[in-house]
Amino acid sequence: MTPRITLAVAGRVLIQLRRDHRTLAMLLVLPCLLITLLWWMYDASDPAIFDRIGPALLAIFPVIVMFLVTSVTTLRERSSGTLERLLSMPMGKLDFLVGYALAFGLVATVQSVLAVSISVGFLGLDVLGPVWLLTLVAVADAVLGTALGLFVSAFAQTEFQAVQFMPALLIPQLLLCGLFVPRDLLPTALEKVSDVLPLSYAVDAMQHLTTSVSTAEVWRDVAVVAGFALAGLALGAATLRRRTA
Amino acid sequence: MVVGRCTGRQPREMADNPLPGPTRALIIQHMMKNAVEVHDLVVVRGGHEVLRHLDISIGGGVTGLLGPSGCGKSTLMRSLVGVQRLAGGAVSVFGQDAGSRPLRDRIGYVTQAASVYDDLTVGENLMFFARVLGVGRAEAEASLESVDLGPQRDQVVGRLSGGQRSRASLAVALLKKPDLLVLDEPTVGLDPVLRRDLWQLFHRLADDGAAVFVSSHVMDEADRCDRLLLMREGRIIADGSPSEIRQKTGADDIESAFLAIVAEDAS
Repeated sequence: MTPRITLAVAGRVLIQLRRDHRTLAMLLVLPCLLITLLWWMYDASDPAIFDRIGPALLAIFPVIVMFLVTSVTTLRERSSGTLERLLSMPMGKLDFLVGYALAFGLVATVQSVLAVSISVGFLGLDVLGPVWLLTLVAVADAVLGTALGLFVSAFAQTEFQAVQFMPALLIPQLLLCGLFVPRDLLPTALEKVSDVLPLSYAVDAMQHLTTSVSTAEVWRDVAVVAGFALAGLALGAATLRRRTA
Repeated sequence: MVVGRCTGRQPREMADNPLPGPTRALIIQHMMKNAVEVHDLVVVRGGHEVLRHLDISIGGGVTGLLGPSGCGKSTLMRSLVGVQRLAGGAVSVFGQDAGSRPLRDRIGYVTQAASVYDDLTVGENLMFFARVLGVGRAEAEASLESVDLGPQRDQVVGRLSGGQRSRASLAVALLKKPDLLVLDEPTVGLDPVLRRDLWQLFHRLADDGAAVFVSSHVMDEADRCDRLLLMREGRIIADGSPSEIRQKTGADDIESAFLAIVAEDAS
């Protein structure tokens, strides 16, 4: 890995994003609108539900959004020949992956700061733990989404297929992460499954932060999410082949 | 008869009738200078043998690879750059395995499709690849000028014409003054003036010491090469300078020469 090349990749991805106003607007504004919609839904009937579901959504947005953006852009890079060109140059596979993770991590930071500020500042979401840690968890979640997106892009031949991986990989995690049924109330078999899914830990971290001042569990959850993200990047690196058939 | 199959011919001849010491030394020296040595190369794609036991050496100057579409030109070029999975044989470039790390900044490679980012400007594309290769703004400017894209510097690549896009892609390959330039049909879709200019550029680069390997399926480009390799169905069926190939077949142009060689090869 060469820092110069990693940063070149990250810088280039950010320039591409800056040029694509619509995607950038969606990345930054959409999570804010959706969390506001959720608040509005429960505001009249049962505001306590917003306090329970809101934090989970703050964890889920970055994973889903970054997963989609990364899987499609990487696939485009594979099919346009730019990846082949880069791999014939002195670029390490990690330069490519970490460059992407850096760029999207930065976008995720901005996205999370906006969504968290609106939730805490305007929508009255109660957060007992430190708010900055909430943002950090969201960034870890975004890097997880990026890593998973990079990984699945190797198994998709078209952008259509890449998008289909979202319901295949993320919806089961969404169902089992504790958002609908608290994880300890799930049937034993499903609870075991949810124990090995990264989104469970992402949501767990957010829920701890909003309901408790102690941060030990949060750091443990963040470590698990980071571990999954690293594993995703490593698997992604394994799927980037210099030589193809 | 196959016209001048230089492919691996030199070593075999040397074994058959030993040459006097100095001459042999000269030949060996010449062989060492070869940028590319391909030995018994086999590539299988989709269960189909695309390259069939190919032996080629490529030295300095502009070497053209001509043949109909689908004959294996791109696969051979991908093998030289080291992005093609091989089923057998060996490809060495400057004495090292194709695709090995030290070669990666000595080879300029242009694929058939323009491998540049459509959503970046020409200048941004060049600066990105320049940073990857570790060269500066001056080199980026120089390579922009050499493909005559200076006025398009601030235009987004996606809005350029096909010819301009492929020149942007070529500019990337020229960034680091490559020792070996592998160009897969670089002149497709360009007007005659631009084609002439690009061929002049290829010869300038060759004169500066680079080995230039260009593929084309347009036979009228053949005369612009110092040496020609005619390819058909994964094999090299002729190898020599354009005038040699014309002479040996008695044809007036390369196209008829190619047809004559194909007919001979088939019988």
